[in-house]
Amino acid sequence: MTYLAKPRLHHPSLAKNRVGFTRRDYEGKISTLCAGCGHDSISAAIIQACWELDIEPHRVAKLSGIGCSSKTPDYFLGNSHGFNTVHGRMPSVLTGAYLANRELIYLGVSGDGDSASIGLGQFAHVMRRGVNMTYLVENNGVYGLTKGQFSATADQGSKSKKGQTNNDAPIDLVMLALLMGATFVARGFSGDKTQLVPLIRAALAHQGAAVIDILSPCIAFNNHSGSTKSYDYVREHNEAVNRLDFFPQREEITAEYGAGEVTELRQHDGSVVRLRKLHADYDPNDRIRAMSYVQEHTTRGEVVTGMLYLDNDAADLHQQLDTVKPPLNSLGAAELCPGSAALEKINASLR
Amino acid sequence: MQKIEAVNDFVVKFANINGSGSASANELFARAILRMGVPVSPRNIFPSNIQGLPTWFEVRVTEHAYLGRRGGVDMMVAMNPQTWDQDVREIESGGYLFYDSSKPMPRSRLRDDIHVLAMPLTEICNDHYSDARERQLFKNILYVGALTTLLDIDPAEIEKLFSEQYKGKEKLLDANIRALTLGREYARASLKPIALKVERRDCVGDRIFVDGNTAAALGCIYGGATVCAWYPITPSSSVAEAFQRYAQKLRVDPDTGGHRYSIVQAEDELASIGIVIGAGWNGARSFTATSGPGISLMSEFIGLAYFAEIPAVLINVQRGGPSTGMPTRTQQADILACAYASHGDTKHVLLFPEDPYECFEMSAQALDLAERLQTPVFVMSDLDIGMNQRLCRPFAWDDSRQYDRGKVMTREALDAGADFDRYLDVDGDGIPYRTYPGTHPTKGGYFTRGTTKNAYAGYSEAGADYIYNMQRLRHKFETAKALVPLPVLTAAKFPARFAAIFYGSTGPAMQEALDALAEQGIYINALRVRAFPFQNEIADFIAAHSRVFVLEQNFDKQLTTLLVNEAGVNPLSLISVLHYDGTPITARFITQEIAERVSRLNVHPLRHDMVA
Repeated sequence: MTYLAKPRLHHPSLAKNRVGFTRRDYEGKISTLCAGCGHDSISAAIIQACWELDIEPHRVAKLSGIGCSSKTPDYFLGNSHGFNTVHGRMPSVLTGAYLANRELIYLGVSGDGDSASIGLGQFAHVMRRGVNMTYLVENNGVYGLTKGQFSATADQGSKSKKGQTNNDAPIDLVMLALLMGATFVARGFSGDKTQLVPLIRAALAHQGAAVIDILSPCIAFNNHSGSTKSYDYVREHNEAVNRLDFFPQREEITAEYGAGEVTELRQHDGSVVRLRKLHADYDPNDRIRAMSYVQEHTTRGEVVTGMLYLDNDAADLHQQLDTVKPPLNSLGAAELCPGSAALEKINASLR
Repeated sequence: MQKIEAVNDFVVKFANINGSGSASANELFARAILRMGVPVSPRNIFPSNIQGLPTWFEVRVTEHAYLGRRGGVDMMVAMNPQTWDQDVREIESGGYLFYDSSKPMPRSRLRDDIHVLAMPLTEICNDHYSDARERQLFKNILYVGALTTLLDIDPAEIEKLFSEQYKGKEKLLDANIRALTLGREYARASLKPIALKVERRDCVGDRIFVDGNTAAALGCIYGGATVCAWYPITPSSSVAEAFQRYAQKLRVDPDTGGHRYSIVQAEDELASIGIVIGAGWNGARSFTATSGPGISLMSEFIGLAYFAEIPAVLINVQRGGPSTGMPTRTQQADILACAYASHGDTKHVLLFPEDPYECFEMSAQALDLAERLQTPVFVMSDLDIGMNQRLCRPFAWDDSRQYDRGKVMTREALDAGADFDRYLDVDGDGIPYRTYPGTHPTKGGYFTRGTTKNAYAGYSEAGADYIYNMQRLRHKFETAKALVPLPVLTAAKFPARFAAIFYGSTGPAMQEALDALAEQGIYINALRVRAFPFQNEIADFIAAHSRVFVLEQNFDKQLTTLLVNEAGVNPLSLISVLHYDGTPITARFITQEIAERVSRLNVHPLRHDMVA
């Protein structure tokens, strides 16, 4: 971490996006995480993605649980409301917030301890319900803030910094998300920003439960040999299934691709996800195939990254509940209170 | 042999087998009496079971509208062989036993001091019906028919209730009326008349007959709740179910058909309260309904909401504790668990409804209080109020009433240059301003967390910041005193040195006990506490009496403890009267306990009493 605050004054030549903000307007407080922490790269990727998408910062609500990852929402989108909730329970708070106002963009930031251990239940149920959100797991395989205990995503046989071996089978949050009905499932790596930024952009535009499991090495406690979540290990074993370009609705698609190389996925809001295939046989619209593909490659020790699954016709919780279009938090007594005449009728029915 | 004689003042208890369809027949019996203008107070005493275990339904017929449980049984309708001996034992001497004599009972299993009414219900049903389910269901209607004859209940009222229930299902209507008539005819021909009678009166007035959970749900509808998150738990589940039922009728956009509400049945109570807090943070009125074990699970979140200052309403329908406890029995045993819920220095606003009317009123008020005070508010109902239909004042709503959304800084105010500091006390009442997420592009955003913050919502672990925040929260709790419902005084007819404090579902039994005590010449000033934090009036009231009985339906004297802790009351001046067997407290119990203690205090005056 650094103690040197960046000046708040912006250079006039800084580029502004369509809504008039510079990239710097999407920054937050100075990070208090360790220098080189993967999580800071993810914060930077979030800033980049939001700026590129022309999202007004205050239209994003940031929610997190507890842990190093959950501290990060303070370090980006400083003008947005953020909520550092309790350990493992961010999904429920996010669900409630989303019910209250369907018009904001919800960003859940969590870690592997937060989502795969204490919060495994809430992680599964928030996916089942199809809450419209982007759920980022900053996955480093250890509890950083309590100094290096294994988390539930640590691979069997991997070694802790102190030399202990992890005997428990790992939980793969990508597999769980696929199983539980998430409609956008991806895996990224904090060390590969060119892959990560478009993934976050596409996830933010997705109208449903979007989850990205981001391998994010812990520089202090899980970056040694014997770890399967270190920078070196992930770089060596990264098996990207595709490269993704994301185009919001209004952007013209200009990139040129050779025949057969590209799949285009059009989302509900009209945005287009264009994938350059790296594996010819990978079909990101096939949930079942995605699950077996990920399983097969994990067994071989490979870390499958990229856009793993996308449901083009995702439905979200508000659609299922058939709620009115205006945010529920904008309704007043005129819309909500049935009044005394209706109450008299109810009284009459209770006699 | 003596015969209990009573007009419009007796208790009939039905002993049934769960799942036999008796509940609707018994309710029919109670409603018919109500329709005759005579108040009733029914209570369901049921097991944690769907089919097979014993269940009881107790109907108190009470012209004076004493709606608490009286204690004792004047007539037993014994339909369950499993509980026969216990049921027969419970009948008052000179009382009546009505039973299915298809299999006659030996004299040894009866009593000499009660009147036995034997009716071969199964036999009659088997003669008239061939379908097994019909035999079962019409057996219930048959005994209701017989009872109408015995007790002089107007059969026209039952037929009217049938026609309301089976509107458009003429076949069912006719079949039920036939069964009713069959029962009536048998009773007229073969049963000896009894001395318990219902006579038509006009004592019900405009009162309504409803259970507290339905009332609480309706209070949430009227109070403007748009988010309901819950996890099924007896005895609170019917709050969320009733909210759903009413919302489907009353909260639909007439133009689009869209719902102006959302209900999530969560995966557990942790998620329920998380959803409620998320919605509260984001400016929607939200609530959950639960019971004791749910409160335990929610405790971590409750602390977060307290310190992060987020509105939330929790309707706690208390049951027998602890933990799995007695899910189908009633208690007031979560008072301390809720008052101090969570770790750290937390204290919460509690409301104590007495009946369904107050469940409605206080649930709606809780939504206002939660937003005004930006904190969790508990509506402390219990199974006795929540799951039993009770006669109460009709619900009322003033159409000019506005929701109190509390201190919310708007975009306009921020644009006009208003200062916004999330946790700063600018008005001197301990309540800061908040913004909803998404209010303004550049102002009013803040990062919400538990306690590691300063008055400006910045991260801080500094002791001085913590102290400022803690003291402001306590100042806010003081502010709450002026906002929560005041206690209600029932003054004795003559100056009294003794007093009583009671709360919640003890109310009806207490009012009756006060009358009974006055008849014995024992005069007591009674104060019904309706909320925590306690107003100064409560401490003054206690100080004005030499001894104060505190009536509670728990073992640990929980309200007494809270009074000593929080109202600076001298513990020696309080005498706890405790009822905690899981059944609702009775007027007879209260009368006896207080009369006994008063006579002891009068015979052996303690030194402290000399001044009184």
